[in-house]
Amino acid sequence: MAEFLQLLFAGLTTGAVYALVALGFTLVFQASEVVNFAQGEFVMLGGMVTVFAFKAGLPLPWAALSAVLVATAVGLLLHRLAIEPAKGASVVTLIIVTIGASILIRGLAQIVFDKQFHTFPAFSGDEPLRLFGAALLPQSLWVLGGAAVIVLGLWLFMEATLLGKAVRATAANRLAAELVGIDTRFVLALAFAVSAAIGAVGGILLTPITLTNYAQGTLLALKGFAAAMLGGIGNPVGAVAGGLLLGLLEALAAGYVSSAYKDGVAFLVILLVLFARPQGLFGRRAIERV
Amino acid sequence: MGANGRRKLALLAALLAVLVALPWLFPSAFHLRVAALVWINAIAALGLALLMGLAGQVSLGHAGFMGIGAYATALGPKHLGLDPLLSLLGGIVAAGLLALLVGRPILRLKGHYLAVATLGLGILVHLVIVSEVPITGGPDGVQLPRLELLGWRLAGPGTWYAITGASLLLAVWLALNLEDSATGRALRALHDSEIAAAVVGVDVARHKLLVFVVAAVYAAFAGGLFALFNRFVTPDVAGFLRSIELVTMVVIGGMGSIAGAVVGAALLTVLPQALTLFHEYEHAVLGLLIILFMVFLRQGIVPGLAALVRGRFRSPA
Repeated sequence: MAEFLQLLFAGLTTGAVYALVALGFTLVFQASEVVNFAQGEFVMLGGMVTVFAFKAGLPLPWAALSAVLVATAVGLLLHRLAIEPAKGASVVTLIIVTIGASILIRGLAQIVFDKQFHTFPAFSGDEPLRLFGAALLPQSLWVLGGAAVIVLGLWLFMEATLLGKAVRATAANRLAAELVGIDTRFVLALAFAVSAAIGAVGGILLTPITLTNYAQGTLLALKGFAAAMLGGIGNPVGAVAGGLLLGLLEALAAGYVSSAYKDGVAFLVILLVLFARPQGLFGRRAIERV
Repeated sequence: MGANGRRKLALLAALLAVLVALPWLFPSAFHLRVAALVWINAIAALGLALLMGLAGQVSLGHAGFMGIGAYATALGPKHLGLDPLLSLLGGIVAAGLLALLVGRPILRLKGHYLAVATLGLGILVHLVIVSEVPITGGPDGVQLPRLELLGWRLAGPGTWYAITGASLLLAVWLALNLEDSATGRALRALHDSEIAAAVVGVDVARHKLLVFVVAAVYAAFAGGLFALFNRFVTPDVAGFLRSIELVTMVVIGGMGSIAGAVVGAALLTVLPQALTLFHEYEHAVLGLLIILFMVFLRQGIVPGLAALVRGRFRSPA
C-alpha cells in the first residue's frame, strides 16, 4: 500500500506537468489547428532561465518571473516569425515548422546556457512529508497546487472574460469569429503567449524535483502531445485528464513492470487507445462532410 | 512510349549521369563517403515520399523501420551466425511484416492522430533497441564485420559509392513504376479524396496499407545498407530526430516528387557535414534553415524550381 501510494504521488506530480504541456498544445490547437511541437521547449526555458537568473543573484521569485517573461516572449516571437508567415500551409508543413523551431530553441539554449544538468532549491525545503508510510516532497505539492491554480485560472478566463469568449469563438469557427469583429490574429498570438507561460511555470515547478538541461523539452513535448491526443485534441478537460493519466500509468509501469520501458508507456497507451477509439478518450467522433 | 515513359527515362538518365559524374568532380574518399550516405538516405526518403506525397499519409516514426533494417543486418551475423546479406533480407521482411501488422489500425487514423500513432511506433522501436542491451548493445551500439561477397571484400568508399548508387537507381526505378501503375493512380485518387476513391471502386484501406509496407521496406533496406556501409550502428539510426529528418527531406525536396526526395536527402545529409565547422551552432542553424525552407519554399525545392522555370518560359521577357 505504501509503495502504491508512493508511485501515485510520483505519477500525479509528473502527470501534472504533462497536463500543463498538453493544455498548452490544446490552447494553440484550438486557436489555429497548429500542433506546436516547440511546447516542450517552453518548459525547458522555464527551468533553465530560472536557474541562470538565480545563479546571477536574482531572488528566486524574481528569477522565476523573468523565466516566465522570457518564455512568453519566445512564444510570441515563434508565432510572429514562424507560424504567421507559414499561414495556410499544410498540417505536415506546420508540424515541421514547429519542430524546426524546437530544434532552433534547443540549439540556442545549448549556446546561451550549457549542456549540464541544473537545479535550484525547492520552494519549501526538501524535508519529505510522511503520509500513510509514503514520502511526499513538499515540491510535489507545489507542482500539483500550481497546476490546479493554472487550470482553474484558465477555465475562469475562458468562461468569464470577454477575451476568453473571443478565444472560444475563434476555436469554434474562425471565419464566424472574424465576421463578428474578433481579431483572430491577436487571439492566436495570445494563445501562443499563454501556452508558453503555462509551460514555463510547469518547468519552474518541476525543476527542483527532476533537474533540467537544454535537451529536456523534446521528450516532454512528445509526451504532452500524447497526453493531449489521449484526451482528444482540442479538449482542455481531456488534456488535463490525459496528462494525469499518463503520469500515473508511467509511474505504475516503472514501479511494477520495468523502469527501462517507462518512457514507452505513453506511446504504447496512445497506440492502444487510438486503435480502439480513433478520436481519443474524450473526443467526439468527427463526422466528415463530403 | 508515352509522355510518362519519356519522363521516367529522363529522370533515370539524369540520376545515372549525376551518379557517374560525381566521382570525377569529387574524387576524395571523404566526399565519396558523404555521397554514399546521401544515396542511402535518399532511398529511405523515397519510400516516405511515396507514402506522403503519393498517398497523402504521414509517418513521424519512419526511422523505426530504418532501425529494424540496420539492427537486423548487424545482429544476424553476430548472434545467429547468419550471412549479412541474408540478415539484411530478414530485416526487410521483418519491417514489412511489422508495417503490415500495425498498418491497418494505424492508417485508419487521420491528420494529427496518424502523426502521433506513427511517432509512438518509432519511439517504441527506438526504446527496445536502447533497452535490450544484451542483444542490441544498447546505447553503445554494435559493430559489424567487413562484408565479403563470393570471396571479394567489399570495402573502400569507391565500392560503397557504387553499391549505394546502384541501389538508389533501382529504388528510383521501382518507385517510378509504382507511381505510374494502376496502384499509383489509386493512391493518388485516395490522396485527393478517400470517399471519392472508394466510390469509384478503390479499396482504400488495402492501398494505404500497401504503400505503408512499401515505405517500410524502403526504409529497412536503407537502414541495412547503412549498417553494412558504416560497419557500426547506434540507436540514433532509429531515433525521433532521424524520423523528423526523413520527413523534412521529403517536404523540403517537394512532397510527391521522386526527384525531390533525392534532392532533400542530399541537402539534409550534406548540410550537417558542412555545419560541423560551426560545431556549437549546428543545431541552431539546422532549426533555422528548416523554418526558412518551410516558410519561403513551401511546396519544396523541386516543384518550386519547376514552377519558377515554367514561369520564366511562359512570360514574354
